[in-house]
Amino acid sequence: MTPSMTKKADFLLAGVGGQGIILASEILSDVGAAAGYDVKKSEVHGMSQRGGSVDSHVRWGEKVYSPVIPRGEVDYLLSFEMMEGARHLPFLAPQGVIIVSTQRVPPLVVSTGVAAYPSAADLLAAYRARAREVVAIDALGAALRLGRPQLVSTIMLGALSTFLELNEGAWLQVIEQRVPARAVAMNLDAFQAGRSLAVGVV
Amino acid sequence: MAGVQHIDQVTRRRVVSGGVRWSWRTNGGKGKLRKVLYGNEAIALGAYQGGVRVASGYPGTPSSEILENLARYEGVYAEWAPNEKVGLDVAIGAAYAGTRALATMKHVGLNVAADSLFYAVYTGVIGGLVIVTADDPGMHSSQNEQDNRHYARFAKLPLLEPSDSQEAKDFVILGFEISERFQCPVLLRTTTRIAHSKSLVEVEDALLPTRETAMPTFKHVLSDPGRYAMVPANARRRHVVVEERLRRLGEYAETCPVNVVEEGGSLGIITSGISYQYAREAFPTASFLKLGMPYPLPRRMVLDFAAKHNPLLVVEELDPFLEEQVKLLGVEVQGKRYFPLLDEFNADIVRAGAAKAGLAAEPDGRTESAPSVTLPVRPPVLCPGCGHRGIFYILSKLKIAVMGDIGCYSLGVAAPLAAMHTIGCMGASTSVLHGALKAGAPEPAVAVIGDSTFLHSGIPPLLNTVHNASPSVTIILNNRITAMTGHQENPTTGRSLQSEEAPAVDLEAVVRALGVRQVFKVDPYDLKATEHTIECALAAREPAVIIAECACVLRERKQYTPLAIDKDRCRECGLCLRLGCPALVKGEESVIIDETLCTGCGLCSQVCARKAVIAR
Repeated sequence: MTPSMTKKADFLLAGVGGQGIILASEILSDVGAAAGYDVKKSEVHGMSQRGGSVDSHVRWGEKVYSPVIPRGEVDYLLSFEMMEGARHLPFLAPQGVIIVSTQRVPPLVVSTGVAAYPSAADLLAAYRARAREVVAIDALGAALRLGRPQLVSTIMLGALSTFLELNEGAWLQVIEQRVPARAVAMNLDAFQAGRSLAVGVV
Repeated sequence: MAGVQHIDQVTRRRVVSGGVRWSWRTNGGKGKLRKVLYGNEAIALGAYQGGVRVASGYPGTPSSEILENLARYEGVYAEWAPNEKVGLDVAIGAAYAGTRALATMKHVGLNVAADSLFYAVYTGVIGGLVIVTADDPGMHSSQNEQDNRHYARFAKLPLLEPSDSQEAKDFVILGFEISERFQCPVLLRTTTRIAHSKSLVEVEDALLPTRETAMPTFKHVLSDPGRYAMVPANARRRHVVVEERLRRLGEYAETCPVNVVEEGGSLGIITSGISYQYAREAFPTASFLKLGMPYPLPRRMVLDFAAKHNPLLVVEELDPFLEEQVKLLGVEVQGKRYFPLLDEFNADIVRAGAAKAGLAAEPDGRTESAPSVTLPVRPPVLCPGCGHRGIFYILSKLKIAVMGDIGCYSLGVAAPLAAMHTIGCMGASTSVLHGALKAGAPEPAVAVIGDSTFLHSGIPPLLNTVHNASPSVTIILNNRITAMTGHQENPTTGRSLQSEEAPAVDLEAVVRALGVRQVFKVDPYDLKATEHTIECALAAREPAVIIAECACVLRERKQYTPLAIDKDRCRECGLCLRLGCPALVKGEESVIIDETLCTGCGLCSQVCARKAVIAR
């Protein structure tokens, strides 16, 4: 950690089982460690492939104690699905940023007609009411254009990277180590696509 | 990053000289390596570095990844046992033979292995034996939130509780050392937030303090049966040893390097495990007595800490395990008066407890505001294409009472299938059914159990239905894998944990050998055949078993051809939605099939009365 770096950053990644939340949080943890931070991350396994809500907490700091982020302290909320981030709004810090993928995955109570999926307008209003900045991106669309829906997680990290004071190389090095060799080029493209989406250059 | 990674690339030299000796070296790394590891990965690394020779256990969240990781290290024998008791006995045998051994299980698994835990404390061990119990406060994936620290006191063995991954690794090695020094098994207790959290671990350049593993031998048991054969006369003598050893362990606890005081302000907090991290975050200026080895309690340390600090709090998840023991010392201390008995903690809960105790300001409520939108729930569901769905759909349709068991298929309890009515513990299904039938319950009822659970503890219950003649129907859902915990091998899969080929057990032959005469096999993707088979089995009026063969859809990874809905034929009657399949979505004009989820299993085409499900 160099003196110019922010003292801490807390990230909460939320979405649905199978969306790549765990891989994204693995990369985020390694990037923090490579930058010299103390790092902790926490999530609950076991249900992740069964279509339930999934979340992962990642913490960077000079010294991190709790692996779970306290309420009101999340700096960056990454919602891999349109509404999943809204479950975690009480965790967001007043100056927090939300990056949300606009993909909608209807839960069983919605697909069977028992409950309604909230409207995009209502969700965005709820996000904007709590966050300093909300970046809504079509990460799934971008991933499909690049050829694989699994690239959503790298695209989300690319979008996140535009808010952090780390050089791009730190990210790219970890991505190269974390993804299978044949998927490296594709993931580096996805990372750039995420950066472009976040700054509105599409 | 060069010096940070690549623990995986450790190489090992094997030196054979008279026996087997192991030594380890790193792959040219300089200085200390720093890696972000899960608690479970760190335990595996610690066991490897500590020279473990034999490891056994049964998968159970949050413990499963320990053996999965350990199995990859060269020179370690690691296996999945059919249940936790078998696993612990295996580890005890290896420790009797003089080598270091590890047994892993989730908290309720230690109930299954408890019989073995108690005798192992009586006989003691030669090689170090560490027993990992992974507790699940908050019940993320369990049927209860029992606090297994009580087992240390109950069975009279030392307890270690790591508070992060670094300690998880270090404490396994310390556990082996304590175990050998006191010739007693050591209980290492983690919780979900240790097992499934990552934190930095420093790894020594020289990976192993080149520990020579003792030559495995039967000589210890051959020379001292009075110690290892627990007939009453021997056990009486060993109980004396157990009590004397516990006294010596209590002395050791006073100087144990993982029981530490962190001096801060006058407020004193006694804590252990993950609770330390929450309390440290909530009380940044307090003093801490952090007990890495909380049992036996280091009494003089506690009394000394208590004399120097006021007020005094115990912060611990679940039961007042430490609090009650501290109070027995006559110390004025508060714990469960302010901190909850239920659920896992976090820094917010500890802060709220502190506020209740008058030691911190009330939370400002700013962060409490609920979002302005109503969010539909998203619990886990049976996967699209899961073969269990066909069984549950028919059981639900026939309104049959279902005595369930532990596994993925426990998800059959959820609406709209709602086809499971009791779930207790591993292997309970068949006996609960048998008991209700013997009591005279007249409604049609069946037991449902998975392949791995059947082999874990479902065989004696089935034998009981034969021996004591009940008209019970047990449905074995054979997806040929231990699915819920992450697809571990089991005796049905034909492969061992370390990828050796193994004979795949023939469930039908097992069931027939127990004396069951009514044995049916069915493809649960064929609803008509499934319904007919269940009716036949119920009509048999003697012990019957249906084996539903359906390989796990996540495991098979076939190329699927998704189905589609003919909008002109669909009247949105909702019959197909009763399958509870995530791929079926109620649309504006008709039901829609999500082609990214559909596996083409065809259950919906069988239930649709209007033949609206068509090939895409």
